[in-house]
Amino acid sequence: MSNIRKAFENGKAFIPFITCGDPDLETTAKVVRAAVANGADLIELGIPFSDPTAEGPVIQGANLRALSGGVTTDKIFDLVKGLRKDITVPMVFMTYANVVFSYGAERFIKTCSEIGIDGIILPDLPFEEKEEFLPLCNKLNVDLISLIAPTSENRISMIAKEAKGFIYVVSSLGVTGTRSEIKTDLKSIVDVIRTNTDVPCAIGFGISTPEQAQKMAELSDGAIVGSAIIKIIEKYGKDAPEHVGAYVKSMKDAI
Amino acid sequence: MTNPNSRFGIHGGQYIPETLMNAVIELEEAYNHYKADPAFNKELDTLFNEYAGRPSRLYYAEKMTKDLGGAKIYLKREDLNHTGAHKINNVLGQALLAKKMGKTRLIAETGAGQHGVATATAAALMGMECVVFMGEEDTRRQALNVYRMRLLGAEVIPVKTGTATLKDAVSEAMREWTSRIDDTHYCLGSVMGPHPFPTIVRDFQAVISKEIKEQIMEKEGRLPDAVIACVGGGSNAIGTFYNFIEDKDVRLIGCEAAGRGIDTFETAATINTGKVGIFHGMKSYFCQDEYGQIAPVYSISAGLDYPGIGPEHAYLHDIGRAEYVAITDEEAVCAFEYLAKTEGIIPAIESAHAVAYATKLAPTMEKDKIIVITISGRGDKDCAAIARYRGEDLHE
Repeated sequence: MSNIRKAFENGKAFIPFITCGDPDLETTAKVVRAAVANGADLIELGIPFSDPTAEGPVIQGANLRALSGGVTTDKIFDLVKGLRKDITVPMVFMTYANVVFSYGAERFIKTCSEIGIDGIILPDLPFEEKEEFLPLCNKLNVDLISLIAPTSENRISMIAKEAKGFIYVVSSLGVTGTRSEIKTDLKSIVDVIRTNTDVPCAIGFGISTPEQAQKMAELSDGAIVGSAIIKIIEKYGKDAPEHVGAYVKSMKDAI
Repeated sequence: MTNPNSRFGIHGGQYIPETLMNAVIELEEAYNHYKADPAFNKELDTLFNEYAGRPSRLYYAEKMTKDLGGAKIYLKREDLNHTGAHKINNVLGQALLAKKMGKTRLIAETGAGQHGVATATAAALMGMECVVFMGEEDTRRQALNVYRMRLLGAEVIPVKTGTATLKDAVSEAMREWTSRIDDTHYCLGSVMGPHPFPTIVRDFQAVISKEIKEQIMEKEGRLPDAVIACVGGGSNAIGTFYNFIEDKDVRLIGCEAAGRGIDTFETAATINTGKVGIFHGMKSYFCQDEYGQIAPVYSISAGLDYPGIGPEHAYLHDIGRAEYVAITDEEAVCAFEYLAKTEGIIPAIESAHAVAYATKLAPTMEKDKIIVITISGRGDKDCAAIARYRGEDLHE
């Protein structure tokens, strides 16, 4: 059974997203530890990409800062090795297909498996193209996470039936970034998911406040928060860990 | 499973967010329906002929031929189309398709501005709303085209992210499409992006080689020995190649932008310097570093300043059917000036890359051989930039 399921055993899951290397890898490590200490159930680690087409301006900025700081895939693998000495909560990578492909898919996924990465989220790898990496992920026991969007409609059951680890439900149209309001009828999407799989599902995109997180977690099995955390890191830089910790606590308490 | 129609060998595919999947599936279905619809094709033909001014001329460049002293040179004059480039072929097709699909708004990316101008033109003609994303750097290089788009009623959004050039304009247009799909068609300007775009754009541009074939048969009674076109994403090149792919004796030559040289980092020659990757919805060749970060490419030509190439070109390269050569800024600028002085034709700086290679190739060929160069666009838009390149400050 997937290690990711553990993230959903402690009530509703709170899943923070952190771009590795923003502003530097030492800070990333401290931010991850602060998030875990304050109740994060699963950590989504972003491997920066030069042209993140699914991201809004906030996470684009984080990608840019991390890459200008000289972060590479190999350095991020080292970061995870260090974190795995004491962090036991599930961790997944969020990156783009080319980062995996160019590293050599087998070499990338094998390394993930060896260092304790439980899953990979690739926003530019839809259901139709998952064969690109799925056989290797299955062989090496790394979950390739599926995404379901407000426009998925007739595709939801097909995607849900084959989902592994957890399902990432995209709350809104467009790119990542905080939103004042989430209008999608997420309940009916989750209902279709539920009839097709018992793999947990968490909602992300646009969530920033404890109230939103509470609402989203109520509809599903957890809430994913990226841009709101990146904004804290952007604001406080090296001093971000304690602020992210406090934020994570407020979010986890709310759900 | 990957859509088998989406692939050119290993290249192509649909590497896009789930949010867009139903949109591209709907587009493919609509396209398959309308491409077989005689009424749609008749309407498009009328637009091509009456509005865009097709067929474009195949002009025998006699002075250039004599000056180079080798193969006979013909120019396929896509620069004479309405809006001044081949881009209008694809745009009229996609705008008509979008209209049939009930879309009321077109969005587009643009590099040199020619595709943006063509999209703004079609939107004006068909009464649709239009938003064009253009790298901020390119809005400076191609200020005249920005004005033209606004004059045609389009909104031009300067893109400040990344290198602020064509690739960033594509990324931003894709982001915009994920946020507004219902009423919006993304009118992609080249044979790139996720399926079905590379196929749709190719089919609409294939009119170029269809006409070349008919025209050269009429003038020479035989097929050319080589056809040459410039390649960024590769739409005028695939249009020039497509109806010759099965004619194995016709050399297909694509001219990439080498920028300051393929041994420098300031280049956009994808086949010559890139490797296989996945980006902007497709698997193909991309300029990138060892970790798959997309390279900040460079060319004097805003229209060729793109780190990737369409998947069908990648395939034609893999199987050895087409050749892809690299032309530097300096060679392209010399060809720009050469064609102006020799034939009285000012080509787009993009097209000048194809002219540059022809000036090298023609003298090595016998006088009974035939070369066709596609002049994909006109060069008025480039005059200020070329003047600057030559150290002259020109106020438009």
